[in-house]
Amino acid sequence: MTVITEENVPRLPRHVKFRFDQAREAWVVLAPEKVFMPDEIAVEILKRCDGDTTLKAIIDDLAKTFEAERDTVATDVVAMLQDLADKGIITT
Amino acid sequence: MNALSPSPTIEKSGSAAPAPPLALLAELTHRCPLQCPYCSNPVELERSGAELDTATWKRVLEEAVGLGVLQVHFSGGEPTVRKDLADLVKHAAKLGCYTNLITSGVLLDPARLKELYDAGLDHVQLSFQDTDVESAERIGNLAGAQKRKMEIARQIREAGFPLTVNAVVHRHNLSRLEEMIQLALDLDAERLEVAHVQYYGWALKNRASLLPTREQLDNATSVVNEARVRLKGRLMIDYVIPDYYAKRPKSCMGGWGRQFLNISPAGKVLPCHAAESITGLEFDSVRDKPLGEIWRSSPAFQAYRGTDWMPETCRTCERKEIDWGGCRCQAFALTGKADAVDPACGLSPFHDEIFALAEREAGAAPPPFIYRRIGGA
Repeated sequence: MTVITEENVPRLPRHVKFRFDQAREAWVVLAPEKVFMPDEIAVEILKRCDGDTTLKAIIDDLAKTFEAERDTVATDVVAMLQDLADKGIITT
Repeated sequence: MNALSPSPTIEKSGSAAPAPPLALLAELTHRCPLQCPYCSNPVELERSGAELDTATWKRVLEEAVGLGVLQVHFSGGEPTVRKDLADLVKHAAKLGCYTNLITSGVLLDPARLKELYDAGLDHVQLSFQDTDVESAERIGNLAGAQKRKMEIARQIREAGFPLTVNAVVHRHNLSRLEEMIQLALDLDAERLEVAHVQYYGWALKNRASLLPTREQLDNATSVVNEARVRLKGRLMIDYVIPDYYAKRPKSCMGGWGRQFLNISPAGKVLPCHAAESITGLEFDSVRDKPLGEIWRSSPAFQAYRGTDWMPETCRTCERKEIDWGGCRCQAFALTGKADAVDPACGLSPFHDEIFALAEREAGAAPPPFIYRRIGGA
């Protein structure tokens, strides 16, 4: 079981696809038997889960980009990625 | 549609184009080495000579993606009997689809798996009939199948695929549900689908053999609930209950013609895999019309789309846009009317009588299976 920490380098496993869908004009996450429609915040997080960047750096970037308090961003992002990891959409 | 039609078609208000479909079930063939008595294929199976060719399937995949389909499930019958499977997977993957193979596994080998991996296949769903070898092979009516499945499950993981174990459950295997969960863990599956038999088509013919008692169902549900908590983050368990014991019907296919389309081996476009059991509906074929036109305006899709078709009981129900009236095939099979209230719903006048009968069947000795065979119904 994956536990998300700031030291992790989160990424999407091979069997999960994250892409923009022209028909719906929206980002979609495709997983076995599941389709998720991520909200704007989730899209910003998932775009940064490139398999090269640590979660720490992702949180720094999000806090800077959206001019938000780092602690708040960190709490929200870790909780969201943990939920996605439990669903098998994010791995480390 | 006649291009010289003298009067233009007038769209009635509220009949805006339907939202794009999410998923396509591509039934490449009805051929299958197994003969499970609950097969979801229609009782009238299509023969291999009627199957769509590679070029037509490729065109259909392009049309599906253009329409908004995000996931393609390659299924059957047994889809691996088609020699062009990897070619079709490659085409769908290139179009950006999520590709899933739904298979019994018995015809796969490592070379074929590598070919599919290289083609871009995203995921494999492998069926197991039981954990007990004798019972499993009696259900599928294929000697030696279980050993092949165990081997191929490991080879699927070795090839790099994520694996879903699919277990269709009924009175002959429910007592071994805990063993099935353990099997999924042993095989390093990421997901287990525990699906109670849904009773139409072949399964309805075999209902008296397959339907569990309410006690068996309740035990199974608590086994699943306990395992879901214990295995959180390790194994996802999806659970489909038999709606015979539910108070409200399932949201069948997420609503008729709302999210899903199914293409039969011969090219018929269906709102669900069992839709052909409703006699009187006519299904358009991808051989004759573009898929988008069929999705938007084919009479079969329009018949039970949305809520306008609903009987009074459903139309005035607060759940009408939650369960979308339940299952049309079940309503037709059990009441003779496809637009009747789904008898799985406690509000159906047929509910008590039908389910009391089914419960009596479940409590009696099971008759022999009627195996799924071409021309063998």
